[in-house]
Amino acid sequence: MHKLESFVRLANASLAYGVEDKEVLAIDDVSMTIREGEFIALVGPSGCGKSSLLKLVSGLHPALRGEVIVDGRQVTSPISICGMAFQNSTLLPWRSALDNVLLPLEIVEPYASSFRRRKGEYVERARGLLRSVGLAGFEDKYPWELSGGMQQRASLCRALIHEPRILLLDEPFGALDAFTREDLWAVLQSLWIEKRPTVILVTHDLREAAYLADTIYVSSPRPGRIVSRTEVEFARPRTLETTYAPEFIAKVHGLRERIAH
Amino acid sequence: MKPPPTFARPLPAKERTDRPRRAPLVSAPLVRRITPWLVTASFFILWEIVCVVFHVDTFILPKPSQIVVSLFQHYPAITANALQTLYTTLVGFALAVAVGLFLGMLVGAMPPVYNGIYPVMVGLNAIPKVAIVPILVIWFGIGTVPAIITAFVISFFPIMVNVATGLATIEPEMRDVLRSLGARRWQILRKVGIPRAMPYFFASLKVAVTLAFIGSIVAETVASDRGIGYLMIAASARFDITLVFAGLLVVALMGIAMYEVFAYVERRVTFWATRGNEMLT
Ligand SMILES: Nc1ncnc2c1ncn2[C@@H]1O[C@H](COP(=O)(O)OP(=O)(O)OP(=O)(O)O)[C@@H](O)[C@H]1O
Ligand SMILES: [Mg+2]
Repeated sequence: MHKLESFVRLANASLAYGVEDKEVLAIDDVSMTIREGEFIALVGPSGCGKSSLLKLVSGLHPALRGEVIVDGRQVTSPISICGMAFQNSTLLPWRSALDNVLLPLEIVEPYASSFRRRKGEYVERARGLLRSVGLAGFEDKYPWELSGGMQQRASLCRALIHEPRILLLDEPFGALDAFTREDLWAVLQSLWIEKRPTVILVTHDLREAAYLADTIYVSSPRPGRIVSRTEVEFARPRTLETTYAPEFIAKVHGLRERIAH
Repeated sequence: MKPPPTFARPLPAKERTDRPRRAPLVSAPLVRRITPWLVTASFFILWEIVCVVFHVDTFILPKPSQIVVSLFQHYPAITANALQTLYTTLVGFALAVAVGLFLGMLVGAMPPVYNGIYPVMVGLNAIPKVAIVPILVIWFGIGTVPAIITAFVISFFPIMVNVATGLATIEPEMRDVLRSLGARRWQILRKVGIPRAMPYFFASLKVAVTLAFIGSIVAETVASDRGIGYLMIAASARFDITLVFAGLLVVALMGIAMYEVFAYVERRVTFWATRGNEMLT
């Protein structure tokens, strides 16, 4: 399949919260272009508008000025080709982990219309995905019976189940311990290599960004603007060994210096 | 470190449904289950003692033992009237559930409707329900219908308010999860709104069913020739105070039974809202 050179494009996009006189500008004049299948990471100080940028791309929040174009179409309302994992796990407490993961298939076409008929197949897929993030045996637990990290993994599965063409991840590993986090980097990378969605990953962790991303964008403090763009050329699949290489460490250092604090 | 309080321990589903039974050991859950019975029994014993010790006139306050005797003496009449009251209450309550659920969803899911209807509803609710009974009598005559309508009017409001609140207070994040998948309004309502409103709905049922009893009994005392309310009024006209108290006792028992039924349904259906922890229910 032909990959689009400009799959996601922001052109001088701004985003604000609140009404007229009490407006808070969260994103100011951001322009970026993301190739189809590219994995980008967005880093920046807290409150600089990273989550807001994901809302902009997903269509959850309209742009104040400028343009947001995804897959050749201007984004004016939520786009259904995206999978999203939010900063705080937003699993529905009345559904088991498995049913939470199945949720997108009940809503997004072409799955929704065949959901009843092919439920068995979908359940198998959801179980497989839960297994791949290390949640085998926890399918029937409710979110409040899972630890924070487990909830976050389930919510990652929910973002992936309908094989979205664009994946928006808001600090998905922020609440996890270092070991689990590094495990899940590998899980996410192999899922990405397999399906090749376009990924926007918001993170506070520069090693995570350098491990996973093709391109790293650094944002300024609020209102967020893009202050630097760094390509990461390490060969795939990357491993933990990669992160100990001097080039890797140099890259992370370089990034750290660009983040204002 | 303190051990966790015993009530925080989620009970296995099986154990929850058990009725109190004789156990060799007095465990904490058992104590919790028998305390209400002990308190009730002590209350009636104390009552009996007070009546005996102070020679309280039966005409002022009959002894519990006399009430029980009266209950057995008038067994057929009490049963017939209790069933009538139960019937009017449940019909009125069923109507209240249907209308309250419908209006609550309408009001909760659509903010403009909320703004339009809510003040009117609050105003209507402020009217003392006894005041409408004479009007109902003019419209429908004496009997079953005014009792049903009074039960309905008095109990639908808490249901509506609770359902509307449940829907209106959905966390924006949960809505966003669905919106980001391209869900339509009705899908958001079905997948998030309604499940989320269920704990509010079931919590309101317990309260509403007791209110429905009050409604039908009030209507029966004013405008009926049947029902426990009527029985009590008729008995007091004959100065049979013991029978009045027997009626009260039956009303209380029916109220408790209905409350327990809905409390049980609530625990079953919305266990997730208390995170499997029964303490709050
Ligand atoms: N719903 C909202 N209403 C009003 N202001 C908001 C809202 N959401 C975010 N903001 C403001 O917009 C700015 C950017 O918020 P955003 O959540 O995008 O930051 P972030 O970069 O994701 O921060 P963090 O790294 O802490 O998650 C913040 O200053 C915040 O106060
Ligand atoms: Mg954020």
